[in-house]
Amino acid sequence: MKKLLAGAAIALAGLSTTAVADGHANYPERPIMMMVSYGAGGATDFQARIVTMTAGNEDALGMPIAILNKPGAGGRVGWNWLASQADADGYTLGAYNIPHFIAQSIKGGVEYSADSFEPIANWGADPAVLVVGADSEFNTLQDVVDFASANPGKLTTSGAGLFVGHHIAALQMEKAGGFSMAYIPTKGGGAAAMKAVIAGEVMAGINNLSDAFRAREAGNVKILAVADLERNAFLPDVPTMKESGLDVDNSSVNFRGIMVPKGTPQGVIDKLAETVPAMFENTRVAGKMKAGGSPMHIMTRDEVLEMWAAREVTLRELLAGL
Amino acid sequence: MRGVFQRFMKTFAKLFSLLTVLSQERASAGGAVEFIFYFGDVFTPVNFGLLLLGTIGGLILGATPGLSPTMAVALLIPFTFQLEAAQGLILLGAAYTSTVAGGAVSAILLKIPGAPANIATTLDGHAMAQKGEGARALQLSFLASAVGGIFGVLLLIFLTPVLARWALAFGPSHLFWLAILGVTVIGSLDSRSVVKGLLSGCIGLWLATIGFDDIMGAQRFIFHPSLGGGINIIAALIGLFAIPQVITMFARGRRQDGAEVMRVQKHPIGAAVSELLRNRRAVGIGTMTGSVIGLIPGVGGQIAGLVAYDQSRKFSPDREKFGSGHPEGLIAAESANNAMVGPSLVPLLTLSIPGSPTAAVLLGGLLIHGIFPGTDLFDNHPDVAWTFINSMLIGQVLMCIFGLYVAGLAARVAQVPQSVMAAVVLGLAVFGSYSVQSSMGDVYVMAGLGVMMYFLERFGFSAAPLVLGLILGPIAEANFIQGSMIANATDGVMPYFFGGSLNIFLIAVVIASVFYSAWMELRSRRYTSKEEIMA
Repeated sequence: MKKLLAGAAIALAGLSTTAVADGHANYPERPIMMMVSYGAGGATDFQARIVTMTAGNEDALGMPIAILNKPGAGGRVGWNWLASQADADGYTLGAYNIPHFIAQSIKGGVEYSADSFEPIANWGADPAVLVVGADSEFNTLQDVVDFASANPGKLTTSGAGLFVGHHIAALQMEKAGGFSMAYIPTKGGGAAAMKAVIAGEVMAGINNLSDAFRAREAGNVKILAVADLERNAFLPDVPTMKESGLDVDNSSVNFRGIMVPKGTPQGVIDKLAETVPAMFENTRVAGKMKAGGSPMHIMTRDEVLEMWAAREVTLRELLAGL
Repeated sequence: MRGVFQRFMKTFAKLFSLLTVLSQERASAGGAVEFIFYFGDVFTPVNFGLLLLGTIGGLILGATPGLSPTMAVALLIPFTFQLEAAQGLILLGAAYTSTVAGGAVSAILLKIPGAPANIATTLDGHAMAQKGEGARALQLSFLASAVGGIFGVLLLIFLTPVLARWALAFGPSHLFWLAILGVTVIGSLDSRSVVKGLLSGCIGLWLATIGFDDIMGAQRFIFHPSLGGGINIIAALIGLFAIPQVITMFARGRRQDGAEVMRVQKHPIGAAVSELLRNRRAVGIGTMTGSVIGLIPGVGGQIAGLVAYDQSRKFSPDREKFGSGHPEGLIAAESANNAMVGPSLVPLLTLSIPGSPTAAVLLGGLLIHGIFPGTDLFDNHPDVAWTFINSMLIGQVLMCIFGLYVAGLAARVAQVPQSVMAAVVLGLAVFGSYSVQSSMGDVYVMAGLGVMMYFLERFGFSAAPLVLGLILGPIAEANFIQGSMIANATDGVMPYFFGGSLNIFLIAVVIASVFYSAWMELRSRRYTSKEEIMA
């Protein structure tokens, strides 16, 4: 009897483990949805659609990924939804923007923090750059710093809202250079901030490298510096802020990638973490991203976990006074 | 006083010098004739097929409540991944043009504006449909759309360099005054009572504050997570316009007279053409207003139709007929919202700055093929640029032909019994508001606002001023905050908002608009009996 019971227990245990293993081995069994917390047509949405377009291939996930836009309040609406309402079953993914969502969670008023999500992989990194109008008297970062130091609070600098990469870069510049500028957050994202620079409404602007690159190609702006650790392949002639003497690291770089809500089964996370970076490396994906002027930067789950933790520390320190 | 006068003279001098600049540009822009060489490209079998597909599909998408032009274009983007650059843009351009025009169908027949551009269309268009003149209203609206749309695209072809400079001239202070100009329209938009119009406008302005504010990230009136993103304008439009009507239809159905089927009058297309020719003033006002306002980044399309409607009423001798099914208002509104399509692409195509959400989506469609708008587009890919623009021109004509063809059929919607109609409209309202951002929260917002509007309408308030408040509030607020931040860092608030010829010009128009409305109100009061005012 005892033997029978033990045998039954072993059989049962075996059954349940195979069931669990099967559940994850067969994942995904149906199409997957990915939430993007910005509107259709924005940079994040645009890139998300490109990097997921090969998901249905047999060597990737074998199931297509459909994009679901939940825009509003600088991304807060979508990330709130992902943290509190989405099913953590592996069929609901989300796109993240660093430093946006971590900075917002530090500022408060939202239902998420870095602990609410599990990163899968990073696909892109769009550094912030300092731009001035094509006919501006500023030609180097030093010119801008000199002006800002001589005229505290007078250098009007546009950027896409508060607590986004652009704002973080402005705060870091002020801290590193010991000056203060007038940061003007615009409504309508990077495009509106860029328009303010081109139209001469503001003296300088902090914007996405990809958008600034296009604006420079069109002859509308000069790019003075990149807020990253090294020069960018798109702009080999533009120095980093560090090279120009401002101690600004890559905390403001807009990292984009895929995450899932906390509570998603570990087997699913492992499977995704293994296949998704390879999916990003697809040559068709890389070609389309390059054509669109969107810098790629593929990172694995472990690298992203490390990056998130580092950002959390830097941003807490930087935003402490605000 | 003298200083003010001098400033005025300066403004006028600038406007005149602009005319000379315009003529010079035209002389120097020999390259603009280039577009003719690429007409042939539109008529290859594949390209023309895509153009037809985009036009017909766009009309259907546009006629579906909740599917705004922005969404329709965004939905099509993934399909263009597989196409060549020019082909993809033909599809997107045709869809953009015809969704804007298609929005008039649901605005006229169901009184549901598919997008903010079609709000003004409901005012007279639906009144015409109720009188059995749905076919006439639809024909007029498609013809007016085509005239406005073609003019807008021609502006895009010939005057792009000048227009680009204009678009950049509008900074935060000017956009603020422009929004205030819109606010002065609020009072007169409700033809029954200025006070009630202003009160509805205030409710709209308040509703616009709900959610995280766009600039500072402050939380306002968020009692539930689904309100965090604020009131979605499309969901609000559907709720405010459709739901009161649904409730009224159901209520009537219980009184047993709902089964009464309206007569739908046939209307020959020739008559519509000659009627449009008789209404040259409305077409002119609509087209000009639409092209100028459509150009301004960030404001454009949403208010072009409403401003044109208001202006054409102010200039019309039959202004008291507006709102009761008068074709002039319909013509002005529809010619304006399609005239805006061409100019709204100017900042995108020349400066690589998307001036509207739809333009932002189109930017994605260009980038996916490695084409950067700006000089790169016109110098290195002229075939793509001009094929795209030409297809919008031809798309307008195709849209008009198909629109006129379906007008007679579509007008039969009015013959559907009211009880059935109410159910269909309710279904469309739920579907439309859900599909905006796949959120049930928007459906609840739509329903809540709709029920509120039903009761407000019984007290003589109307939806159009409320919606205008909802649209203008964020524009005025964001530009005021931005402007004052820039002003505080530079010259100070007074010179920033009140200095400069463009500011003064806009302020003058605001003052003129206020005085004109007040004067009209007083004059009409003198002639109207007391009962009518009370009603």
